[in-house]
Amino acid sequence: MAGKEYRTITDVKGPLVFLEKTEPVAFGEIVTLKLSNGTIKNGQVLDTSDDLVVVQVFEGTAKVDRNTGVTFMGDVFKLPVSTDLVGRILDGAGRPRDGGPEIVAEEKADIIGEAINPFSRKSPHDFIQTGISAIDCCTTLVRGQKLPIFSASGLPHNDIALQIARQAKLKDSDEEFIVVFCAMGITAEEYNYFRSDLERTGALENAVLFVNLADDPAVERIITPRLALTAAEYLAFEKDYHVLVIYTDMTNYCDALRQIGAAREEVPGRRGYPGYMYTDLAMLYERAGIIKGKKGSITQFPILTMPGDDITHPIPDLSGYITEGQIVISRELYQQGIYPPINVLPSLSRLMGSCIGAKTTREDHKSVSDQMYAAYAQGRELRGLVAIVGEDALNERDKQLLDFSGVFEDKFLRQGQDEDRSIDDTLDLCWDLMSSISTKYLVRLDQKWIEKYHPDNRA
Amino acid sequence: MANEGKIYRISGPVVTAIGMEASMYDVVRVGDEGLMGEVIELHGEKAVIQVYEDTSGIRPGEPVINTKETLSVALGPGLLTQIYDGIQRPLPTLEAEMGYFIKRGLDADAFDMEKKWTFNPVASAGDAVQGGQVIGEVQETETIVHKIMIPPGVSGTIKSIESGDFNVTENIAVLEDGTEIQMLQKWPVRTPRPYTQKYAPDTPLITGMRILDFLFPLAKGGAAGIPGPFGSGKTVTQQSLAKFSDAQIVVYIGCGERGNEMTEVLDEFPHLIDPNTGKPLMNRTVMIANTSNMPVAAREASVYTGITIAEYFRDMGYDVALMADSTSRWAEAMREISSRLEEMPGEEGYPAYLSSRIAEFYERAGRVNSLGGDDGSVTVIGAVSPPGGDISEPVSQGTLRIVKVFWGLDAGLARQRHFPAINWLNSYSLYPPSLNQWYRDNIAQDFPEIRTEISTLLQIESELQEIVQLVGSDALPVDQQLTLEVARMIREYFLQQNGFHDVDASCEINLVYKMAKAILTFQTAAKAAMAAGAQLEDITGVPSRSTLMRGKFEASYVDDIEEMVATMVKEIEATVEDN
Repeated sequence: MAGKEYRTITDVKGPLVFLEKTEPVAFGEIVTLKLSNGTIKNGQVLDTSDDLVVVQVFEGTAKVDRNTGVTFMGDVFKLPVSTDLVGRILDGAGRPRDGGPEIVAEEKADIIGEAINPFSRKSPHDFIQTGISAIDCCTTLVRGQKLPIFSASGLPHNDIALQIARQAKLKDSDEEFIVVFCAMGITAEEYNYFRSDLERTGALENAVLFVNLADDPAVERIITPRLALTAAEYLAFEKDYHVLVIYTDMTNYCDALRQIGAAREEVPGRRGYPGYMYTDLAMLYERAGIIKGKKGSITQFPILTMPGDDITHPIPDLSGYITEGQIVISRELYQQGIYPPINVLPSLSRLMGSCIGAKTTREDHKSVSDQMYAAYAQGRELRGLVAIVGEDALNERDKQLLDFSGVFEDKFLRQGQDEDRSIDDTLDLCWDLMSSISTKYLVRLDQKWIEKYHPDNRA
Repeated sequence: MANEGKIYRISGPVVTAIGMEASMYDVVRVGDEGLMGEVIELHGEKAVIQVYEDTSGIRPGEPVINTKETLSVALGPGLLTQIYDGIQRPLPTLEAEMGYFIKRGLDADAFDMEKKWTFNPVASAGDAVQGGQVIGEVQETETIVHKIMIPPGVSGTIKSIESGDFNVTENIAVLEDGTEIQMLQKWPVRTPRPYTQKYAPDTPLITGMRILDFLFPLAKGGAAGIPGPFGSGKTVTQQSLAKFSDAQIVVYIGCGERGNEMTEVLDEFPHLIDPNTGKPLMNRTVMIANTSNMPVAAREASVYTGITIAEYFRDMGYDVALMADSTSRWAEAMREISSRLEEMPGEEGYPAYLSSRIAEFYERAGRVNSLGGDDGSVTVIGAVSPPGGDISEPVSQGTLRIVKVFWGLDAGLARQRHFPAINWLNSYSLYPPSLNQWYRDNIAQDFPEIRTEISTLLQIESELQEIVQLVGSDALPVDQQLTLEVARMIREYFLQQNGFHDVDASCEINLVYKMAKAILTFQTAAKAAMAAGAQLEDITGVPSRSTLMRGKFEASYVDDIEEMVATMVKEIEATVEDN
């Protein structure tokens, strides 16, 4: 129900338009702006009172003037959802981008989304095999988890995300994921790369793409992930799909948030980002999970590039406080020519404990993962010492650990972009590599697993 | 002016009403849907309201009704085992009423108002009573007796008192002046409940975590802060405390944290057994879950809701422990609302009153003599999540100024898989002087001295490590190599504790003492053997030492440890002869 058209714009500032004297306008209401040249723009109400209404314009305010007609649409932003979404490519505001027809709505869903009642959630515990050893062994992914990739510019995070999207499956199951892909401010080149890879593997038929590119309006990025998650929630909780949401790049999203905050003259928090960024990010990330009595699930893979490789920057920092772990990509490993250059030391999966073990992966998984991690951590530390005192000063144990850290990177981390290792293969590989260290130094391995799995005893 | 006004302006969770009579902190119902809010500022005839629910779709001109009450919690039998959101709405009721997602505009009773409880009076007609006095008891859960108290501020002589089954709103007593007393009472969350006197703390809160109970003890009625970057184990530590500490009542506030993590707590707690009573842990627990994506104003209120419930049980004479995870999210909620109010910001955008709010909150901890004459305590343990792990930020600093115990979590230790990742060099507790007597009387006379020896060893180790970094450990004299070995034993055997292990997750205080003592016994024996010519490698390699160290994972350890130590001493002595 659209109301009448107003021509009462008083101020225009950045992405914001200020209007006077309207009928009562709802907070969050959707707005269309008709420019004098006939162009239509969309926006949303950010602040409303009897005297003044503030509208955030998604497409930017270029060419908006005091004669622009503003119509309030009487409703908050909703996305038409239906299973027809699967296989479609939409733009950052939810309009078809693939030349196909408009989505015929089975229902319209409010894109802000409501919080899942913590009492209604189901704890995630289904192991997802990504086929990437570093992730499966050390930072195991669980269905219903939100696990971001902390990367930086110039690193192959896109390849890793795509490999995960291609290979992710439950162990001993062919059940596939629907991929919801949400691009925020990435380049056309990156987008084409994603699209052609999804096309090549046939995954596009089982995907929904929401695309806001670098030259699309920045403010639109605020709603793009909300659209993607609304679609994901519909597919997961109404239509029983297992959904994998990949969004890239969260850094562009946060910058758009900062842009609006600055235009509203809000008091900024750290590095100019708004004080409510934690809550805002939580409203996205927390839309992952499983609900009791529902079949589907939402697993999230946000990608963010850390400005200046700095993990304490507000974007990775606030994300890390909300997400259930992180996968950290290392420039140092990448420069050594290792793919995937995952630095397992600062990486973490908080839900790992709930999904590994005899029933799901293998009985020795926890032990092996701890030992691999500890041995690699010590080996890496010794590299620093060797640089000072030389390798000769090391004792036998330290020499073995030092050598192991090299093997770890070369044989365990390194794998092909299409190499899909099963969890059993990954764990066997771990045992093979660890056998270069004398068992008396492998203190984190249970004796019973050594007897069962160590290459010397496997016969 | 009337009790009803109209909405003038809406900006996120902040709504301005006009034409309504209001005083500060009145609870109001906003809009056609009656969303709950609280008056937080007055400008002439405009009242600024923070709304506890999402405000999308609300329009200027909709009504605002002032309830003339302040934000209060309902207190009475039925509180225990409940799981609330930030404004005391039970989450299971919300699910039953509106499904899996939290919608708005729903009002729900804090607990069952119809359930009949068996009320046993302990006072009788003709007794003079005053606020806080216990007049009867209800067996609320298997383990907890809920004491029914005269509300603070009420006094008189009992005219009649009932006995039998009543719900919380029925009269159980009437005073001479006609005042009717029910089991249900309400208390405004932002006002501390009164007490007669605050005592100095003299009893430790035993947590079952060795590093805390031994090196950095917290007193019952004290306050502790746990700052740490993400991934350093704040939540695991808080949950461990909720599970194993020897408090009688636990209030756990999940404030602005992860949904899945909260679910884990909600799933796990009902199945856990309280080690002190052998009954389900939920029987002594009240949970408040306001996840990061639930409304921000309700997050701000959640810590007050929690601490008011804690004070209520304290007044019955219980030792209550309150965990707030994380107070940084609470502070951020204040910041968010403050910036919507366009207040002049203090440091990093936080409001200027941040540190006084933090202080006021922690000051509600304490061991007191209640109005009813019983001694009870509220111990507050607040997690802090400093951005980038840097504790020079305002929330950490505001917390450290007021708490007496600092458990500093360390990302480096967490990366080395040293858990609990509490840094023994920068953590502190100011309570040992007031608790030492308790330790001497109840555990061992030399407990404080053993503690000093252990912490000195750790201090020396950190200095030696700097040298080792440069020259390698082989270059040190053997006595210093022994010190390093002993310190390693302290770290790996004593300080490390597996929070997920059936046995090791919680360690009783007697065993903590014995383990510390075992390490010092090893040091003494090793020194003596080395003086007599034994080699360090032979001493550290005695098999009974690894048996001793691995033994902590066995349930019978507390009985076997002394024998294991004796065997170890013999084997070390034998290394002299082998030479």
